[in-house]
Amino acid sequence: MNSFSLRLPLGAAAIAGSLLLYASRPTAPRLAPDPDNAGLKLPAGFGALKVAETGGKARHLVVMPNGLIYVKLNSAKDGKGIVVLKPGADGRATVAGGFGSYGGTGIATQGGYLYASSDVAVYRYKLDGQDQVTNQSQPELVVHGLKKENEHESKSIALDPTGNLYVNVGAYSNACQEKDRERGSKGMPNCPILDSAGGIWQFKTDRLGQREQDGTRYATGLRNVVGLDWNKQDNKLFVMQHGRDQLHDNWPALYGDKESALLPAECLYELSAGANAGWPYVYYDQQKKQLMQGPEYGGDGKTPAKGNYLKPAAAYPGHMAPNGLLFYTGSMFPAKYRNGAFIAFHGSWNRAPEPQAGYFVVFQPFKDGQPSGQWEVFADNFAGSAAKAASGRADHRPCGLAQGPDGSLYVSDDSKGTIYRIMYNAK
Amino acid sequence: MRGFRYIALAGLLATGIYSLPAQQAPVKLPGTVRPKPHPTPSSPLAASMARGQRVYKNVCLTCHQADGGGVPNMNPPLIKTDYVLGDKKRLVGIVLRGLKGPNEIEGETYTQNMPAQAYLTDLNIADVLTYVRNSFGNKASAVTPAEVHALRDAPAAGQ
Repeated sequence: MNSFSLRLPLGAAAIAGSLLLYASRPTAPRLAPDPDNAGLKLPAGFGALKVAETGGKARHLVVMPNGLIYVKLNSAKDGKGIVVLKPGADGRATVAGGFGSYGGTGIATQGGYLYASSDVAVYRYKLDGQDQVTNQSQPELVVHGLKKENEHESKSIALDPTGNLYVNVGAYSNACQEKDRERGSKGMPNCPILDSAGGIWQFKTDRLGQREQDGTRYATGLRNVVGLDWNKQDNKLFVMQHGRDQLHDNWPALYGDKESALLPAECLYELSAGANAGWPYVYYDQQKKQLMQGPEYGGDGKTPAKGNYLKPAAAYPGHMAPNGLLFYTGSMFPAKYRNGAFIAFHGSWNRAPEPQAGYFVVFQPFKDGQPSGQWEVFADNFAGSAAKAASGRADHRPCGLAQGPDGSLYVSDDSKGTIYRIMYNAK
Repeated sequence: MRGFRYIALAGLLATGIYSLPAQQAPVKLPGTVRPKPHPTPSSPLAASMARGQRVYKNVCLTCHQADGGGVPNMNPPLIKTDYVLGDKKRLVGIVLRGLKGPNEIEGETYTQNMPAQAYLTDLNIADVLTYVRNSFGNKASAVTPAEVHALRDAPAAGQ
């Protein structure tokens, strides 16, 4: 889509030159990355530019077929919780207003609607032929009354191709202890939080005014999910769980602080209706490659999980906070990236006193709808330096991921509000 | 308490090093103190600060971080806030009874609940609060074990 606006102004005199330049990829516009690739470290052949500064805590985002970008802010800025970015010819974009007075995380689009979430509700806006929201102040209320307490309150959303909406309702607890995060406090039997949180709820996109209890608890035993995406190859919902914190703080006799910095894994799950990933009773140890019994429920760091719970499809080191998940379906990037997963790791806090980690975008290869092969860091140095990452005082923190119409990968930063665009530039 | 101090000093004399791995020990000497002719810091404040630093590392650092800056949106910073520098009773009460989120500090919201740390001794709490009130750029009066003790069984203040 961008190619038209770029190519039309090209005069006849430039055609000879551009034919030479673009000979191998005649349809791909060549956008110049920032000289420093927006401060990011990328694999060879990739470049990046800063699309825009939103000035807010930019959580998730979508890029429309015409290049228009909608960004969901964690809290409304100047009364606007969704920022509209209008694309320019240079690959960047300018802030062109906003709407929605509520803060939140989730945003998604399908079937002529834009869906966005607050921490208690999901709204939708009708889009016109230019992907513009016409009724900015009068969205339809799709879901309301979602459970919200003081932890894991963000409600990320995903859509499937058959009219279902998936909403994360995070557990308002670390490990369902009788006293949340208190040293030595036992887990509550038959964790009561799971009735209304700690899972993914499924709703109908075309039914308005649904309450949480009108939806289906699609999957349970998930402590908190921020990054989730529908995989069209596998026809399944995949989610990234934020694993539990503070194994050492709360159980110092059972876990050292080095162990506690790495454990438990941050897990990618492939969900089917009725799945149970086992929070708070179990956690996944990526070193033992085993589900383990949680210390709040009789575990000691060595006892395998009791009970039959969903195993992760892939696992990553602890506490890196996966906030964005995107299956890449574009053709701009080399073939190995097609249908694989990008994961935005927001960066840790719960590794202290060990160095913090994350603040990067990972690529997880997939084959036939399943993880296949070792993950790798794809885009690094959002933090600004290794020292800033280690201390947790990162300049930027990747959160949301989106694919542009040309196959560019967009990344939002919820620390300073920068929007990045990563492109493949090699021939 | 006296007994423990005796053991700690005995261990110190025996080994000449300061590594004390125990988690629950109410009194600990700092690992960062440079070797000096006298193994104990010179003033009562310095001694309290040194013990408080160890408590901070064992109990507080994960959430409030090594630099006292907290974690954005989750755990509040301890740097130059009224919570830390203001009313000592409120501060002691937060350690003893925890603090329910969300709390707004300097225009930023922090959602995570602070768990109660009532298992710490009066001296532990006095030391760590003295340390926090005089670290990370903070400067405020010390907290005494008696001040902690007076609030230990008091009804929760209006937090």
